[in-house]
Amino acid sequence: MNLWRIPTARAGALAVWRRNILVWRKLIVPAVLMNFGEPTLYLLGLGFGLGHFVGEMSGMSYLAFLASGIIASSAMTTSSFEGMYSVFTRMVPQKTYEAILATPLEVDDILAGEMLWCATKSVFSGIAILAVAAMLGVVQGWGALWVIPVVFMIGLCFAGPAMIMSALAYNYDFFNYYTVLIITPMFILCGVFYPIDTLPLAMQGFVQFLPLTHAVMLTRSLVVGADLPQPLLHIGVLMLYAVIGYYVAVVLVRRKLRV
Amino acid sequence: MSMTAQPVLTSNKPVISSRGLTKRFASRVAVNGVDFDIFPGRCFGFVGPNGAGKTTTLRMAMGLTPLSGGTLSVFGLPASENGPAIRARVGIVPQADNLDPDFTVEENLRVYASFFGLSRRQAAPRIESLLKFASLTDRRRARTDTLSGGMQRRLTIARALINDPELVVLDEPTTGLDPQARHVIWERLTELKMRGKTLLLTTHYMEEAERLCDELLIMDEGRILDQGSPRQLIERHVEPEVIEVRSGGGEALERLAGTAGCRLERMGTCLYCYTREPAQLIAVLKDAHGLTFLHRPTNLEDVFLRLTGRELRD
Repeated sequence: MNLWRIPTARAGALAVWRRNILVWRKLIVPAVLMNFGEPTLYLLGLGFGLGHFVGEMSGMSYLAFLASGIIASSAMTTSSFEGMYSVFTRMVPQKTYEAILATPLEVDDILAGEMLWCATKSVFSGIAILAVAAMLGVVQGWGALWVIPVVFMIGLCFAGPAMIMSALAYNYDFFNYYTVLIITPMFILCGVFYPIDTLPLAMQGFVQFLPLTHAVMLTRSLVVGADLPQPLLHIGVLMLYAVIGYYVAVVLVRRKLRV
Repeated sequence: MSMTAQPVLTSNKPVISSRGLTKRFASRVAVNGVDFDIFPGRCFGFVGPNGAGKTTTLRMAMGLTPLSGGTLSVFGLPASENGPAIRARVGIVPQADNLDPDFTVEENLRVYASFFGLSRRQAAPRIESLLKFASLTDRRRARTDTLSGGMQRRLTIARALINDPELVVLDEPTTGLDPQARHVIWERLTELKMRGKTLLLTTHYMEEAERLCDELLIMDEGRILDQGSPRQLIERHVEPEVIEVRSGGGEALERLAGTAGCRLERMGTCLYCYTREPAQLIAVLKDAHGLTFLHRPTNLEDVFLRLTGRELRD
């Protein structure tokens, strides 16, 4: 019963994941609409509108640049919002965790299932954007499908910190801090809309610590075929965030629910 | 630990056993050195006012919160290190319904079965019989938020039985239900007991405790005040009969207070006269004007109020 012991997720995590899929399937129409609607708007509005003035960026069309970045940022927001609002709803007002903890499952299993689900939702959004981008003709070829496992990894990476926020939150307004102070700055600074080497030098160093920077590097390279000198570094950063995020979230939720 | 190797008869081995069980939170002691044994096939009740430590004791037994001291074993396993193994064999009915509002009645049972590792095929026949048990077969496709309070409670109990548990733990199973719904729950719980399940319930309804429980443990402020069957507790702590006198004026009450052979307890304008020989007092009361009175056998509520006092607990 030690709060800090290393988590051990078991098969029960998949039952939690399946539960969430089952709920998602009931609301599939608005969910899919959302998956396609928002990125399409970004790509058409910014990609064509702004792209008309920008022309090329980093040696590719602005539409291609934007599409390959939006895949990563959308995976981030999808996973983060699921990990905050939906996880908090199940953990606190809806008491779903209390019900699940009356079975052999433990907090370790529940959060592993939630994390897999957050990443799965990121994949749904990634597939939608990839499809739109392919229709607009900015995808390099079938090799771009490799972006799907990467999007899953991005989802895992952002699920952990979001669940930490859920464990710390006392109401939904708390999530505004994380959104305004973490999510939005990453969205703006990490290379989704422009290459990070146009940032001031100190800033360039800083954004190297932000996971979205590495996520965008990976997705851009896979979707458009851009150069990627250090793929393992980027994957490593994402996985590090995922593992640490999961561990801290498990400890905090154990503490929150054991009283 | 040597708990599993105790030299006791198999049939007599307690399902739950605690010695010196203690739980401290930052600012208070919720459970303070509690000893008890719960034997198989019986209905065991924890009764006590709010904050007595009942729910905390249950949560420790289910491995959901660690002990601060003492020992606690369930099915012979130390509770704090064996939560998952224990909960696999227990059905837990929480204080407040926590059904999944995203699902229908039937889906609630199916999804819950999956948390116990039951496949869809293994769960299907259990779901049918539990829907029947809970009288919810014709509401199987209803969303849970469209169910009445009594139906939700029945579904919560059915859900707790999906793993065919040996022990069913119920935390205030009928709080907030109307009398009809409450009687249905009591009937279902009696049925479970007849099927050989061990029941452990907490309640602050003495009628419920008296009706369902073979053995009771009265708790207050984390300690055990007494333990025994409802009959034993009544015999031990109160006279067999009581006359409740309700009166507008204090004068009449004072006159009565002089009557011999009664132990008196006052609560507002009501006087409780506990006695073995009620005849004399009844004769006096019949002649008195402006008094209403009720003569009845004593019950567990009298014991409870005697042991835990009549002050408000908030």
